[in-house]
Amino acid sequence: MIQALVFYMFACLAVLGGVMVISARNPVHSVLFLIFVFFNAAGLFLLLGAEFLAMVLVVVYVGAVAVLFLFVVMMLDINFVELRQGFLHYLPVGAAIGLVLFIELAAVFAGWHEAPEAKQMIAAATPDMAEIANTQALGRIIYTKYLYLFQASGMVLLVAMVGAIMLTLRKRPSTKRQNISLQLARKKEDTLEVVKMPVGGGIG
Amino acid sequence: MVELFASLWVEYLWPLLWLVIKIVVIVVPLLVAVAYLTYAERKIIAAMQMRKGPNVVGPFGLLQPFADGLKLFMKETVLPSRASVAVYFLAPMLTFLLALAAWAVVPFGDGLVLADINVGILYLFAISSLGVYGIIMSGWASNSRYAFLGGLRSAAQMVSYEVSIGFVLISVLLTVGSLNLSDVVMAQKTVWFFIPHLPMFVVFFISGLAETNRSPFDLPEAEAELVAGYNVEYSSMPFALFFLGEYANMILMSAMTVILFLGGWLPPMDIALFTWIPGPIWFAAKIAFVLFFFLWVRATFPRYRYDQLMRLGWKVFLPLSLAWLVITASVLQFTGLVPK
Repeated sequence: MIQALVFYMFACLAVLGGVMVISARNPVHSVLFLIFVFFNAAGLFLLLGAEFLAMVLVVVYVGAVAVLFLFVVMMLDINFVELRQGFLHYLPVGAAIGLVLFIELAAVFAGWHEAPEAKQMIAAATPDMAEIANTQALGRIIYTKYLYLFQASGMVLLVAMVGAIMLTLRKRPSTKRQNISLQLARKKEDTLEVVKMPVGGGIG
Repeated sequence: MVELFASLWVEYLWPLLWLVIKIVVIVVPLLVAVAYLTYAERKIIAAMQMRKGPNVVGPFGLLQPFADGLKLFMKETVLPSRASVAVYFLAPMLTFLLALAAWAVVPFGDGLVLADINVGILYLFAISSLGVYGIIMSGWASNSRYAFLGGLRSAAQMVSYEVSIGFVLISVLLTVGSLNLSDVVMAQKTVWFFIPHLPMFVVFFISGLAETNRSPFDLPEAEAELVAGYNVEYSSMPFALFFLGEYANMILMSAMTVILFLGGWLPPMDIALFTWIPGPIWFAAKIAFVLFFFLWVRATFPRYRYDQLMRLGWKVFLPLSLAWLVITASVLQFTGLVPK
């Protein structure tokens, strides 16, 4: 009974948070509500017994992705009044697109049927949950059966990273950089010269 | 009616009450430890600088932390104009709560843990990665340029050092073969991990300093040259919550260092004299030992510049910890020491 109660709590809060994400006036508040939704999703994972997924969701999405997202949103110079002005103007277009998407989704759901072999394939891939923890179970599947897909997803991320760096990196000759090994390699003789000055002569 | 109440008591209320009792037993000593950590910091740094430190309030100045707390409590809570009120007050609470919530999975002794979950290391890592929100939210909600820049600076710092902490954690848990913190400690029965993982021990300690915004990475404290950090606009209790959260995080980082590298609650040697002392005392003593290093570092090193800080995190620690991870995995695989 408690499990059901907790499930409904997480589910309701997640939906509520989702509504707040799109209805909050301030984009930073939207992102904070999005983080709240992530938390509730992690709670739902925990209820399902997928503790590894729950923790990874918090570490990756809340701890890293959302932080960068928040960075970007906070730096944007948004005029909220201007942002709200065209609301009625764009409403028909937005509603039309939403309706088309809704009809498409409905069509997909109407035509949905489960292949009879699907159940067996799940059973073949999943080790017995009673024997090993689900972290290990996930590892065994990802690093054996889906190894190439796993590597391919890593490659996709690498390409995206290289692309992002290539797009934004520019060499600026005016900036001064610290070269620590060069600094450490400096000797007294290179920089210091002891000069004997004649009394009252000064540097000529 | 009585039976219903009795069954309700046995099944729900008593476990709940018992849980609350256990939480109080963990949290109250933690808060006292935080209070006396501030005292210890002032005393130790004073001794290193040949001063006396606090010695007026109470015997040897022992009541100083409480006097400080009372002083902060009596001050006025200032709210900057046009601050985002809810986020402004949420930020210090979040910092403080996260610093406390992490202790739920910390094992104080054999079986002495509030929640013995399978993914304890990941939980600690998740909680410490959430700590950045308190900083970034307070910096933004203050609606002040200095606080905002300070918040961004500290947030970037914490995110950077978290990456290498993650790799260090993976190296350790590869050697253990489990993410459970009690298993991590028990795997160190033969040898504490700071011997085989010595480079990672150093990397973890330094990253811990950066993650808790401690000296020499204490840019938020740099009020002279950078106008401090995310907390410039805070006063009174919200400021006190940040302060408590920061010190509780220091203790937590030390506890993590002890669990991962210094054998948790295990005595240094498995001989009679050492095993008489109970585990929690060993654990506390080791935490105090690591904390002493935190304070010693503060009294010794000058502050890092921001670009030096970033260079150390991304160009030194990240490749080093990544290489160590590959080395650990290879050694375990080829010597057949992989834990089952």
